[in-house]
Amino acid sequence: MSRSRAREVLLALALLAPSLILFGVFIFYPLGRAVYLGRYRGTSDNLRYVGWEQFRNVWESNEFHDAMITTVQFALITVPIGLVLGVGLAVLADSYIRGIGIFRTIFSSTVATSVAVASLMWLLLFQPSVGILADALPFDVFTEPGVLNDEDTALWAVSVTTIWSNLGFTFIIVTAALQSIPVDLYESSALDGARSWMRFTNVTVPMLGPTLLFVTVVLTIRAFQAFGEFDLLTGGGPGNATTTMTYLIYGNNSLIRNDLGLQSASAVLLFLFLLVLSIVQFRGLERRVHYGA
Amino acid sequence: MALEARGTTRRVLRYVVLVLVAALVLFPIYATLMAGFKPGTKVLDHPESLLPVDLTLDTIRDAWDTGNLGRYLVNSFVMSVAITIGQVITSLLAAYAFAFLRFPLRNTLFLVFLATLLVPAEATILINRETIQTWGWIDSYQALIVPFVATAFGTFLIRQVFLTLPTDLREAASLDGLGHLAFLREVAAPLARPTIAAFALFSFLAAYNQYLWPLVVTNDPDYRTVQIGLKSLAAANLDQINLVMAGTVIAFVPILVILLIFQRQLIRGLTAGAVKG
Repeated sequence: MSRSRAREVLLALALLAPSLILFGVFIFYPLGRAVYLGRYRGTSDNLRYVGWEQFRNVWESNEFHDAMITTVQFALITVPIGLVLGVGLAVLADSYIRGIGIFRTIFSSTVATSVAVASLMWLLLFQPSVGILADALPFDVFTEPGVLNDEDTALWAVSVTTIWSNLGFTFIIVTAALQSIPVDLYESSALDGARSWMRFTNVTVPMLGPTLLFVTVVLTIRAFQAFGEFDLLTGGGPGNATTTMTYLIYGNNSLIRNDLGLQSASAVLLFLFLLVLSIVQFRGLERRVHYGA
Repeated sequence: MALEARGTTRRVLRYVVLVLVAALVLFPIYATLMAGFKPGTKVLDHPESLLPVDLTLDTIRDAWDTGNLGRYLVNSFVMSVAITIGQVITSLLAAYAFAFLRFPLRNTLFLVFLATLLVPAEATILINRETIQTWGWIDSYQALIVPFVATAFGTFLIRQVFLTLPTDLREAASLDGLGHLAFLREVAAPLARPTIAAFALFSFLAAYNQYLWPLVVTNDPDYRTVQIGLKSLAAANLDQINLVMAGTVIAFVPILVILLIFQRQLIRGLTAGAVKG
């Protein structure tokens, strides 16, 4: 190897080192350590060996099972509704009429809300003692004890918060995709006498395919990672009605809060769950992109 | 004539729908603003509580003091700016190596970078908290910042731009005696500026909005970020909802202003993830 070639390799190593060291310490090491600790029970200064079967025990436990069902329900509510509403807003604002910029800014605005800000905004609306939704809507669920304290509605109420705060993101992505659809596709479809609904199903939806899959992947992963809205709005309750996998691992009211081993095993299972999910979704994404292009 | 009338009706209808939908989307923000600028006695009066009457700045001032929000905002900005600068630097360096240098295991290492995108923070935070505790970093800026200073997302985005630069550019530069680092600083990085700006805004926003990590590595109010400050404000003052909403306004408005100013970069940053690879 020539001297300049050796220097290039050394330089590359130096440029990659900061990222590689940080990834090693804060991403790969913790994954390995979680797998290791997942075989133990107890706190970090008092660990008791259980063995690999702890992963199976956690997987089969009622607590993890319930949390998994709750998480999947949360994703099944927030992802499709969020997607439909976001696309609806984008299509509604996709025309060149006077003042459309203001509406686009308004529809994007929820992207500026953090999870804490969005949760507290909706806490105000849900709070039966303040009574904003209770007065505005003719449903008894909004009066005391309130939607957040009712086992049947709590997950839906948190979902509304999440859907709303994700709207801006979905709107921005879908709007950008709509603007990249060539106008002549619409023109030739109009020449064929297609009405607006047919134009939407025959031109818009197929052209949006890859974007819709991308948004689906992002929204699904966000649903599985959601923590702040549960921490602020329901604390995992009432009962365990809103205890998701993430809340089970990190929540203040969680049963396994003081057991590093059980938390680690749950974290590994959450990781595997998301890994399988992303691989499945990216496979789908890849296939659609080839069709779409 | 009839056709023209139909067109006008449709346009009016479209505006009506747009205004109604916009009102629905904005309603939570509007209600928060109204509550945050009301004195405590007025926030429960219906329907005046939702009307812009009796507004006062006292509640905002009160929330600022009670909630220690000034300090928390400073902490949030210090953390977010440091993470953003760190991510831009580490991503530029790594992207340069992947795009311009030849070295063994280049593709493998690139896959290692991409693999990090598959690991959700929620799976590692537990152990990272243990690491931070072992190092005695609980309640410190470095705990809030250091774990996030590298990101494969930024590396990937900037590498994509670097790969589109013509190879003659590097050859010409090296004939001029420009070394790799000088070429990165003088030529490559400036050419990638729009992408870097979009990525920087994206990182800043993600850092400012973080919730779980700051929650688990800070107990001392001196190092709390504004998101966690909001949680404590809400927990301690749930009976004074106007105060909590004033705090929410204080955390929300700076980001709203930043995003309104940098709307274009934001859209670029968010859609960059969606480009077909």
